[in-house]
Amino acid sequence: MNILTVKPSPHIRSELTTQKIMLAVIIALIPAIIAGTIVFGPRALFMVVFCALVSMMTEVVCRALMKKEGTVSDGSAMLTGVLLALNLPVTLPLWQAAIGCIFAIAVVKQLFGGLGCNFANPAITGRIFLLLSVGSDMTAWVKPFYYKELHLWGLFETSGATAIDGITGATPLATGDAGLMELFLGNVGGSIGETSALALLIGGLFLIITKLISPVTPISYLGSLAALTFIKVLVTGGDMIEVPYALLSGGVILGAFFMATDYVTSPITSKGKLIFGIGCGILTFVIREFASMPEGCSFSILIMNLLTPYIDKFTQTKPIGAKKINAKEEA
Amino acid sequence: MKLGGIKLHHHKNTEDCHSTALPLPAKVRIPMSMHIGAPCSPIVKKGDLVTVGQKIGDTEAFMSAPIHSSVSGKVTNVCDYRMSSGKLCKMVEIETDGEQAICPDIVPPAIANKDDFIKAVRESGLTGMGGASFPAHVKLSAKQPIDTLCINAAECEPYITSDYRLMVESPDEIIDGILNVLKYLSIPKCIIGIEKNKPKAIEILTEKAKSYPEIKVMTLPCTYPQGAEKVLIYNALGRIVFEGQLPADVGVTVMNVSSVAFVSRYIKTGMPMITRMVTVDGDEVIGKKCNVIVPIGTPVVDVLKYAECDIENAERLLYGGPMMGISIREINDPVLKANNAILAFKRFPQKKASPKPSACIHCGRCISACPFHLMPPDICRAYGRKDIQELQKLKTALCMNCGCCTYVCPAKRPVAETNQLAKALVMSAIKK
Repeated sequence: MNILTVKPSPHIRSELTTQKIMLAVIIALIPAIIAGTIVFGPRALFMVVFCALVSMMTEVVCRALMKKEGTVSDGSAMLTGVLLALNLPVTLPLWQAAIGCIFAIAVVKQLFGGLGCNFANPAITGRIFLLLSVGSDMTAWVKPFYYKELHLWGLFETSGATAIDGITGATPLATGDAGLMELFLGNVGGSIGETSALALLIGGLFLIITKLISPVTPISYLGSLAALTFIKVLVTGGDMIEVPYALLSGGVILGAFFMATDYVTSPITSKGKLIFGIGCGILTFVIREFASMPEGCSFSILIMNLLTPYIDKFTQTKPIGAKKINAKEEA
Repeated sequence: MKLGGIKLHHHKNTEDCHSTALPLPAKVRIPMSMHIGAPCSPIVKKGDLVTVGQKIGDTEAFMSAPIHSSVSGKVTNVCDYRMSSGKLCKMVEIETDGEQAICPDIVPPAIANKDDFIKAVRESGLTGMGGASFPAHVKLSAKQPIDTLCINAAECEPYITSDYRLMVESPDEIIDGILNVLKYLSIPKCIIGIEKNKPKAIEILTEKAKSYPEIKVMTLPCTYPQGAEKVLIYNALGRIVFEGQLPADVGVTVMNVSSVAFVSRYIKTGMPMITRMVTVDGDEVIGKKCNVIVPIGTPVVDVLKYAECDIENAERLLYGGPMMGISIREINDPVLKANNAILAFKRFPQKKASPKPSACIHCGRCISACPFHLMPPDICRAYGRKDIQELQKLKTALCMNCGCCTYVCPAKRPVAETNQLAKALVMSAIKK
C-alpha cells in the first residue's frame, strides 16, 4: 500500500532561495572587493574576510544563546560582515572592526528577532556605531597604494592609520581635490569598498539584470541627489562638475545599490521604493550641505529605514477588482 | 496592460500524444458530489443493475448537476466517501459487466429555445471541465445581459494537454458547441482565448472560425494563471470582475473549451457526461505519458497502470496541475468530472518535497507575482493577530489560491496557504 504525501497546492516551488539571494549579493560585491584590494592592498581583503567571519560567529553564538534555530547558513550574516568591511577604512584596528560586526549582528539584527525582523540595516548601523565611537580611526583615510611603502604591505599593521606617519590623506569629500576619472575608477582615499564607482556599478548592474534588486531605489536615490546638486549649482553659480562629483564621492554608489536596496529595511512596493530613494537623496544632500559631517549617505539610509514601516503603510497596493468603500453603488 | 503572474516551465510532454480510450475498469466509484453546490442523492441502491448513461444521482437543488453511470453493471455498494475538501458525500460503487449496454433513455435532446437548452445542459450533468467544476446550467442561466462568450482554452498549468489535444483532434465540436451556446442564449460574439505556446491549436481554430465572424481566436501571453476566470476576462476583454461579482455581472460567460465541445456532443447524441480526457504525466515514474479518455469514477490506480506507472515509487499524486492541483490521498480514489490531469511524482528526498519555511525577508516577490496585486506579507501579519477588519481592507477575499506567491517565495513560506486560511477567517466572520 502506498503512503502518499498530501499537501496544499502549489506543489512546485521556484529554485530561488534566501541563501541564493544573499550569495548573489556577495558575488556582486566581488568587483568592489577586488578594487579595494588593488587600491588599499591585501589588508583590505583580509578585513573583508575577517568581518565576514566575526559576523557569522556572532550569529551562531546569538542563535545558540537564544536557543533558536541556527540561521547562519542563510548567508545574511556573511553579507552583513562583507558590507560592513567595505564601509571601513583599511587601517581600522581589527578589534574595532570586530566590535562593529558584533554590534551589527547581535544588537541591530538578533535582538530584534533576526533576519526579516530588524528595522535598520545592520551594516549601516554598525558603521554609524563605529563612526560615533572611534571617529578618528574611522575617518583616517589613507592614500591609495600607500601599502606599497609598508613592510609586508601593511598586512599585519594593527596600530591604526593615525600612527602611520605621512601616509594619511583626507577623503576627497573633505578636501575636494580629486579628478572625476580618479573618483570613477577608485584611485582615491576612502573606505575599502566605496572607492571605485566602476566596480560598484558592475555589481549593481548584475543585481538589476538578475532582478535581485529593483532599479527604482538606486535610480531615485542617485537621481534626486543629482537633481538637488544641480539646483544648488544653478542657485550658487558653481561649477557643473559638482553634480557627477556628488554622485561619485563618498559611499553614495555603495549605499544606493547595496544598502538602500536591502529587502528587510526598505519598502516593499515600487512606489514605496521610489519614496525611499528620493528620501535618501534629499537627506544625503541636506546632511552634506548643512550638517557638520562630510558624508551623509549612512545617516540618510538609517533615517529612511526608520520611516520604512510608515512608507509601507501608505503605499499599499490597490488590488485589481477591489471595490472602493465609498463607491456610489454601495449607498 | 495584461494582468501578470509568473512564468513557469510548461512541461507539455504529452502535447503530441493522441488521446486513447482507457480499457474498461473492473469497478468504478462515483461520488455524488463532483461540483460546487449541493451534492446529489443516489437514486440507485445496492444490487441494482445500471446501464451506461443511466442517471444514478440527482437533487432538487438549483446549484447542482445530476450524475450518471459511466459503465453498465451492478451497484455493489452505496457508501460514504470523504472528498478532498474533507466533507463526506455518498458514493456509488459499480462493478462493470463488460457489456457497456447503453441506457435506453439516451436520445438527443429536443431543443427549441433557451429554456430547453438550459434544461438539456442540466440533464447532461455538465460541470465546468477546467477544474472548478461549476454546474454549467447555472452559469448559462444568468439573468444579466451577456454580450460575450469567452472560451477558456488557455490551459496555463504545466503538464496538462487535454484541452490542447481536444482542440487539435476535434475542433469542429468546439465550433459547433460555441454556435449552439451563442444561438440559444442570444450572445452576439465569442472569444476563444489560447496561450501562445499552442500555435497549432491557434492555427486550427482560427481556420475553422473563419466562416463565423462572431467567433474570434485570441492569442494570450504564456503567463500563469492566464486561465483563471477573472484574469482571462481582463486580458481578453479589459473588463474587471469586482469582488463579489460574477463574470455575468460584466456581461461575460466563461466556458472551458472542453465543456463547450461536450455541449456539441451531447446535443448530437444525448450521452451525458460519463467520460473525460485526462493527461497522465509527471516525472520518471510514469512510463507512458499519455492522454487518455477515462470513464468518470475510474480508480486512479487503473489510469496509472495504463500509463505504466511505477506505483510503488510514486510518492505524490495530483488531481490537476502542479500549481492548483489537489493531492490524491489514496490510489483507489476516483477520477472526477473536473480532473483534467493525473500527475505522479516519485519519492522526493524529504527536504525537497517540503522545503522548510524561513523568515520573510520582505522581498516583495509575492506582491509582484500576484495577478491581483494583493499583499501577502500584510495579509500574513493581519492573520497572525486575527485582525478581520484589516484583512477585509487588504481584500483577502480576492485571493483565488493560484499559488504564484508560494511558488516565488525565496523563504519557502506557505504564502497561498496562509492567504486561504485568512480568507476562510474573513468569510466565517461575514457569515456571522
